[in-house]
Amino acid sequence: MALSGLFLVVFLTQHFLINVTSVFSEDIFNKLSHFMGTNPLVQFVLQPILIFGVIFHFVMGFYLEILNAKSRKNNYSKFSGGSNSSWISRNMIFSGGVILVFLVIHFIDFWIPEMNYKYVEVLPEDPNRYFEELVHKFESPLKTAIYSFSFIFLALHLLHGFSSSFKTVGVDSKYYNLIQKGTFLFSVIIPAGFVFIAIFHNLTS
Amino acid sequence: MKLYLKIWRQTNVDSNGSFQNYEIDEITPDMSFLEMMDVLNEKLILEGVDPVAFDHDCREGICGSCSLFINGRAHGPDTGITTCQLHMRKFQDGDSIVIEPFRASSFPVIKDLVVDRTSFDRIQHAGGYISINTSGNTQDANTIPIRKEDADNAFDAATCIGCGACVATCKNASAMLFVSAKVSQFSYLPQGQVEAKDRVLNMVKQMDEEGFGNCTNTGACEVECPKGISIKNIARMNKEFLKAKL
Repeated sequence: MALSGLFLVVFLTQHFLINVTSVFSEDIFNKLSHFMGTNPLVQFVLQPILIFGVIFHFVMGFYLEILNAKSRKNNYSKFSGGSNSSWISRNMIFSGGVILVFLVIHFIDFWIPEMNYKYVEVLPEDPNRYFEELVHKFESPLKTAIYSFSFIFLALHLLHGFSSSFKTVGVDSKYYNLIQKGTFLFSVIIPAGFVFIAIFHNLTS
Repeated sequence: MKLYLKIWRQTNVDSNGSFQNYEIDEITPDMSFLEMMDVLNEKLILEGVDPVAFDHDCREGICGSCSLFINGRAHGPDTGITTCQLHMRKFQDGDSIVIEPFRASSFPVIKDLVVDRTSFDRIQHAGGYISINTSGNTQDANTIPIRKEDADNAFDAATCIGCGACVATCKNASAMLFVSAKVSQFSYLPQGQVEAKDRVLNMVKQMDEEGFGNCTNTGACEVECPKGISIKNIARMNKEFLKAKL
């Protein structure tokens, strides 16, 4: 879970860095998207690894949740979890579930049409189509709202998951404070950035 | 104080338990929680009712025997204490108090509020020791130079009394805090290095076999631990485990 989570964090950072260029330059965004969309290493090596990482993270998350439920077959009649731990740390499966729903929507919006364009209909490659496709998706206020809402849950998921991953892989006390601060900054900046991109294109389209 | 108690009663490990309601009067704020339970039991004995079984021994927060889940929290509504160190001044006249056993599949209820925590003993037997010649020619530990910081960390980890509050309060019923404390208390010291690899592998293996849940780093264990064992020990144990595996 921790390793796949950290891998997804790296992917998320890369995804954000490409997307944010769409705010500043249509041309740079098109060039980067074209590279990612046509480079064989990205398409046929990194993309399958990413899909495996996403599926592995979700499957393991649900599997561990089931295992953990078996560790306490009889629940307490009164359990004050809020007195000793944060809500999000106890409900990662819930925030993860919201993100899973979002990913399904995201795949339907971008990934499936992209695969259809390139590998099913095999349409001629247009290096300048990516920006238009992106802006078109965020013309809908409803879709922009769904994306923004989902990124709030991504932020919550990261707020616990990012630092927790480091603890799980054994990064201990020496770097504890640095990890806590890094977790907060990453969990706020990246999702807020994605929300900004969605709202920006909705308002300017 | 007059209190309304809702207490888990269970005849034995095979029976289905249920909550029973009791009213108790003339409880003073200076009584300990276990003294309140004693008063209740004296009343029940006089009424010819089976007294409530609960674990206790030293009653000064050292032995780790007491193990009640009070109003939704392990060892009750306070931090850094065991149940025997909880006093009735933490409650108000007329309060309702829900008292349950520590619940985990690896801590089966033996009777009422008493749970079987021998799973912890088996984890200890799997590696929570150092093999040393104690036939009279043992080297004086004080002659081995140890960094002050390491000595302090080892001592802090060694203060774990194995009460099981970490398991009881963890939403996953994970025993990682307990096991990591037992691993860390040796891993910080030179005496613990010889068996370090086998220790962490065997103790984690035994922990998994006992059916404890997985740690998701919620930090609840650290808050409820009567001895303030830090979850940094868990990260340290994870590091030891990965090192041993690789």
